[in-house]
Amino acid sequence: MKIFKSIFIIFMYLQVQSFALIEVDITRGNLSPLPVAVSDMSLDKDSQKAFEKILNKKNIGTEISNVVKNNLKQTGLFNPLNKDAFLQKPDIAHFKPRFEDWALIKAQALVTGKVTLVNEKLRVEFRLWDVLAGKEMMAIAFTTVPKNWRRVGHIITDKVYERLTGEKGYFDTRIIYVAEEGPKIKRIKRLAIMDQDGFNNKYLTLGNELVLTPRFSPTNQMVTYLSYFRNLPRVYLLDIETGIQEVVGDFAGMTFAPRFSPDGKKIIMSFAKDGNSDIYTMDLVNRVVERITNHPSIDTSPSYSPDGKYIVFNSDRSKYQQIYIMKNDGSNVKRISFGRGLYGTPVWSPRGDLIAFTKLHKGKFYIGVMRTDGTGERLLTENFYQEAPSWSPNGRVLIFYRETKTNTKGEGFSAKLWSIDLTGYNERLVPTKTDASDPSWSSLLNN
Amino acid sequence: MNRNIIISFGLHTLLVIITAMSLPFLAKKQINLPPIVSVELIQISDKTNIPFAPKAKKIIEKVKEKEKKLVSEQAPPKRVKKQKPDAIPLPNEKIEKVKEIKVEKQNPKKVETEVKQVSEFEKKELFDPNSIAALIDKSKVESAVTNKKIDKITQDQDKSIDFGGLSLSEEDALKAQIFGCWSIPLGLPYNENLLVRIKLRLKPDGSVIQSEILDHARMNKPGQGFYKVLAESALRAIKLCQPLRVPTTGYERWKDLQLNFDAREMLEG
Repeated sequence: MKIFKSIFIIFMYLQVQSFALIEVDITRGNLSPLPVAVSDMSLDKDSQKAFEKILNKKNIGTEISNVVKNNLKQTGLFNPLNKDAFLQKPDIAHFKPRFEDWALIKAQALVTGKVTLVNEKLRVEFRLWDVLAGKEMMAIAFTTVPKNWRRVGHIITDKVYERLTGEKGYFDTRIIYVAEEGPKIKRIKRLAIMDQDGFNNKYLTLGNELVLTPRFSPTNQMVTYLSYFRNLPRVYLLDIETGIQEVVGDFAGMTFAPRFSPDGKKIIMSFAKDGNSDIYTMDLVNRVVERITNHPSIDTSPSYSPDGKYIVFNSDRSKYQQIYIMKNDGSNVKRISFGRGLYGTPVWSPRGDLIAFTKLHKGKFYIGVMRTDGTGERLLTENFYQEAPSWSPNGRVLIFYRETKTNTKGEGFSAKLWSIDLTGYNERLVPTKTDASDPSWSSLLNN
Repeated sequence: MNRNIIISFGLHTLLVIITAMSLPFLAKKQINLPPIVSVELIQISDKTNIPFAPKAKKIIEKVKEKEKKLVSEQAPPKRVKKQKPDAIPLPNEKIEKVKEIKVEKQNPKKVETEVKQVSEFEKKELFDPNSIAALIDKSKVESAVTNKKIDKITQDQDKSIDFGGLSLSEEDALKAQIFGCWSIPLGLPYNENLLVRIKLRLKPDGSVIQSEILDHARMNKPGQGFYKVLAESALRAIKLCQPLRVPTTGYERWKDLQLNFDAREMLEG
């Protein structure tokens, strides 16, 4: 009896304990940009003078901070606060921030840093602070040649972004595109490469031949693109570091729409002959060509899934141009787009969860995304003419190009690069010196 | 063989009973009493006066008649004692105070202190010379005791409400506040488990004394780097929001609170 009583008391106690704690489920939050304070990187007087000579920049610390600030602002996820509101000086803030001062201006995170010249090299030390918790979240130092100072800013942004959002950044990356100049009927098109924020622009070709659809290799050193060889459009391979270029394969017809496989060892492209277009791959090591599709319709714009097991492409085999996926050997072809309009230029997200595409419906062009099974179609942006989306390496942002309508005299035409994130709200013009089209985003340079 | 079956049956029955006792919804049903604490208190205090009323009725009426002349005089007890010990303003005062209890329905503690004050007051200053007062004092003591008992009941009931959790409106107020403070890290992999449970110890004003991440070990597990980001964002939300919008009463009920931050719904949507 005593034992029973004891058990009873114990269970009654457990019962009381089990109800003692109230639980509240928080399933929603706000999506407004996170307020971040990016303090200027502190710089001692000797280093300041030295950098002024080397880089012709008055305060390299401020310049690097501005790169970080602009990058964060472009994401739409952060709200870098105006530095006029900062109460603490950069050098003291980097040593030991007064969190109350930063909390007072509503900052939730703080970036501080220090720049020094060490053995003719630029050394940047930065810290990320959690203002509300009053603790350091991250502290990293980089050393590089001074002229790489912008990259240092991008790398810092990547680290901050990853620490605060949980996904890899996309700032230390480059974009390859087709730079266009001249009237519409006599366009000069050159391959160009630049940082993702539009700086450090360089031209890779002279503009003697037409170039189209450049695509980065996952290794970042090679680029494949379409150009003309003996008056025939052919797929080229260009080594950015050495400048050497070559024609991919010797096909008795037209090859176009090239793209690398995820491991960078193959190129997948379309090959057209006698009015029929099919998808082929070519091994870059042994140059073996393999036919993937064999259908009387036009199959083009192939893109691998990140694991390399599947291929997405567009085809008009169902009368109208739609998106299909298949295994990497060409089997199990399955249509995934069923909406109204024409679908083209599908690109598999680096995260593997979405496929971006261009859609033409009732005379308007849309950039959209859908799941890999075709469900959940979302149109992110609509315009007169836009196409060729390319994913940022973290799969959050798409870059594409948009053309403006000309007037009756053919004036007013322009083509520019734009970016949009998956929310569809953060649409931004990517600055380029000339008109631009066919952008392709590289993977992270410091991977 | 049969003996074993009987033992097994007995133990299983015991297990079922114990399980049933510890099932939350059963217990909740039993405990989930409506918050009518103060109403009961009033009724019971009135009733506890009743048995004494007939005995003292005649005397009280006489006192009342005398007292009618003094109704408007809210003289301090000391003066009353000095000037007119026979005037006995007590009965009416007493009744008035019981009525005050009726007014202050929502706070049993106040009722308790008031009742106590009444009885002490009466004992010290007003009950000495008069048998009527003694009678009434008795009734007061009784009522005070009864009130104490009632008070105990209300505390029990209060505890029972503890187990029932916050009311819907209380929970909604708290949620709405935290929704505004929580900046969800948008890069989290939404196909992973994105639940962060944080246990809080709160002050009566809703500010946080202590916060504890319940699945802390997950923070350092390989491949769970996103969890740290999520947990930190949840902690920032709590710090940004505090003092939390908690109910003004029933501190015991919510002084320990668990917030379950789940980002899946937002990230999937």
